[in-house]
Amino acid sequence: MSAPPLLEVENLRIDLLGDDRRHAAVEGVSFRIGRGETFGLVGESGCGKSITALSIMGLLRHPLAIGGGAIRLEGQEIQSLPPGQIRRLRGSRIAMIFQEPMTALNPLSPVGRQIAEMFVLHQGAGWSEAGDRAVEALRQVRVPSPERRVKDYPHQLSGGMRQRVMIAIALACGPDLLVADEPTTALDVTVQAEIVDLMRELCAANGTAILMISHDLGLVANICRRVAVMYAGRVVEEQAADAIFRQPQHPYTQGLVASLPLLGGRAAHGRRRLAEIAGTVPAISAYPAGCRFNPRCDRATDVCRVEDPAATPLGDGGLVRCHHHG
Amino acid sequence: MSSSTELPPSVATDAAPLLQLDDLAVHYSVAGRLGTGRRLLKAVDGIDLEVRPGECLGLVGESGCGKSTLALAVMGLVAPTRGHIRIAGQDIGQDARPDRKAMARTVQMVFQDPYASLNPRQTVRRTLADPLRLHGVSDAAEIEHRVAEMLARVGLRPEHAGRYPHEFSGGQRQRIGIARALILKPRLVICDEPVSALDVSIRAQIINLLLELKDELGLSYIMISHDLGVVEHMSDRVAVMYLGRIVERGGWREIFENPRHPYTRALIAAIPDPFRLHAATARDKAKGEIASALNPPSGCHFHPRCPMRQDRCTVESPRLDPVTAGHGDVGHWAACHFADRTGAS
Repeated sequence: MSAPPLLEVENLRIDLLGDDRRHAAVEGVSFRIGRGETFGLVGESGCGKSITALSIMGLLRHPLAIGGGAIRLEGQEIQSLPPGQIRRLRGSRIAMIFQEPMTALNPLSPVGRQIAEMFVLHQGAGWSEAGDRAVEALRQVRVPSPERRVKDYPHQLSGGMRQRVMIAIALACGPDLLVADEPTTALDVTVQAEIVDLMRELCAANGTAILMISHDLGLVANICRRVAVMYAGRVVEEQAADAIFRQPQHPYTQGLVASLPLLGGRAAHGRRRLAEIAGTVPAISAYPAGCRFNPRCDRATDVCRVEDPAATPLGDGGLVRCHHHG
Repeated sequence: MSSSTELPPSVATDAAPLLQLDDLAVHYSVAGRLGTGRRLLKAVDGIDLEVRPGECLGLVGESGCGKSTLALAVMGLVAPTRGHIRIAGQDIGQDARPDRKAMARTVQMVFQDPYASLNPRQTVRRTLADPLRLHGVSDAAEIEHRVAEMLARVGLRPEHAGRYPHEFSGGQRQRIGIARALILKPRLVICDEPVSALDVSIRAQIINLLLELKDELGLSYIMISHDLGVVEHMSDRVAVMYLGRIVERGGWREIFENPRHPYTRALIAAIPDPFRLHAATARDKAKGEIASALNPPSGCHFHPRCPMRQDRCTVESPRLDPVTAGHGDVGHWAACHFADRTGAS
C-alpha cells in the first residue's frame, strides 16, 4: 500500500442551509493532490470552487456547512477536527492566499508584524527574532528594500506588493499545501505574470503543493499539472492540464475552450464567430434534475434529463461525468 | 477566407474620420497631503488618434494608463486641458461647449459592470424610452415600437420590457446596457471592458452580439479592454497606452504579430496561453510595477520596467514615429528609441 496523497478530498458535500431546507452547493467532489503537485480547480462564479477551498481550510461559516464526505491531509481526516487543532494546521501545514490582498491583510498592522506573527504563533519564536525573519521573508518575495518595507502598512503598498506580502505570510512556515483563490484576478496583467512566476518558483523550491482556484482556464493550465473543471457544484471533468485544452471530454469544457478568443487565433484562422454556450448557470436552489448541464447542452438526450451521469475514468487517471462524452 | 481578417468593407479608409483627437491632454489638479501643494496628474498627455466610420479601435492598457479618462473626454464628460476632439466634424475642444444632446446622438457608452450601470428602480422599458422622450420622440406607439425593436436586436424578448434589472442574469443585463447605448442610433460606441465582469461562458455571446451590431448598423467602436484575446478578435486597429501616452498603434495584425514597443511585447508575453507557440522569453517580460501617474518616470515612462533600456531612455522621451518596414495600409507607429531593433526577432 502506497503512502496516502498529501490532500485527498473524497465525495465532499457542502450544504447551503436555508430556513426550512438545505441545498447541496457542492456534491460528490473528489480529487487528490500529491506532494509538491500543482492542481487547478476551474469554474465560473457560483460553481462551488471557492467554498471547496474554504472547506479545506476549515473556514466554512453558517449558512454553509460540510454535509458529507471526507477531507484528508496525509491520510488524517481534518474536516471534523476541533477548531483549536485545525487552527494549528492552518498557516503551518496548509496556507491560503486570497483574491483581494487589501481585504485579507490587517489594515492597522505593519506588514512586517503580520508576517512575524506566523513565526511567533506557529513556531514559538520571539518577536525580535520573528521580525528579522520577516525581513528575510519579504526579501524572498522580492519586495525591494525589505528592511524599510516591513514598517509599511498595507495601504502604503501597491496591489502587487500587497499580494507579495500575502505570499510571504502564506509561505512563512513552509506549508505543505498552498491554496490560492484567484490570487491574481485583481492585478494588472503584467503584474499578474510576475506574481504567478514568483508563486510557482517559491513553491517548487520548497516542495509546496498548490491548489489553484480560478475562472481563468488559460492561467490554470499554464501553472498546474492537473486540472478539474467544476460546474454547478460538481466536478464534471478532470485531466492533465494540456489534455484539458487539447482533448476536452465534457461538453461544458469543450464549450469553454471553444468560446475563448485566444491570442493568435484570428491570424491563424481569420475572425470566426465565437462558439457560444447557450443559457446561464443555474441558481443553487434550481439545479436541474439529471446532469446539471443538460439544459445548456446541445448533446442532451432523455437520459441526461433524469439520470445523473457517473464518473467515467479516463486514461491518465482523469475522469469525466457525461453520458455522451468525447 | 483571408479577406474576412482584413478591414471590413464598411471601413472606408479614405473617408473623413468619425473621431479625431489632436494632441489631446487631460490634466487633473490633485491636492497634496493636508491640502497643501497641489500637484498635476497628467491622466492623458498628448494623444493623436482617429477612428474611422465602421471601424473598431482597440484601446489597451493597464490601470492608470488613461484609457478611461480618454473615454470620458470623448463622451464630453471631462474638459480637455489641451488639444482638440472632433466628432463627426464638430469640435468639442476646451473652448467650444459641447451640445450634450447632439453628443448623445453621436457617442454612447457601454459600461463594464451591468449590475452597477442600470437603475434598479426603472423597468427596461423606461430605461430605453427615457432617452427617446428626451430627444423629442413623443408618440407612445412609436416609442413602444422602437423599444421592442431594440430589444429584439440585442436578443431579448418584447415581454422583457416590463421587468426590472434584478430579474435578469449578468449577460442579459449587459444586453440591456447595449440596447440603452444604441437606442438613440449613435455612430460611435465606447465599450469599456464590456465582458470582463461577465461569466466566462457568457462572454462569447456578448462579443458576437457586439460584432453583429457593428456590421448591421455600421457602428464604430472604441473597445477598451485589458484582455488581449478579446481585443485581437474584435479590433481593426489597436492603440496601446502607458501612463497617459500612446506607446504603439497600428493594424491588429501588426500589433499582435510584430509588436515593436517593449511594453506591447510585455503585455502579450504576460497572457497565460496554453496554445502559445513559443514560450515568453525573459527578454519580453516587464519588471516591477506601473509607476504613479502623479510622478511618472523621466524620459520614456516605461524605462524602469523595460528589459531593453539604454541610458538614452532615462532622459529622452521617444516620439510616436512610424516604424520602418511597417506595413499595412493603416500604418504602424511606436514610441520607442529602439523600435526597429525590437521587431528584429
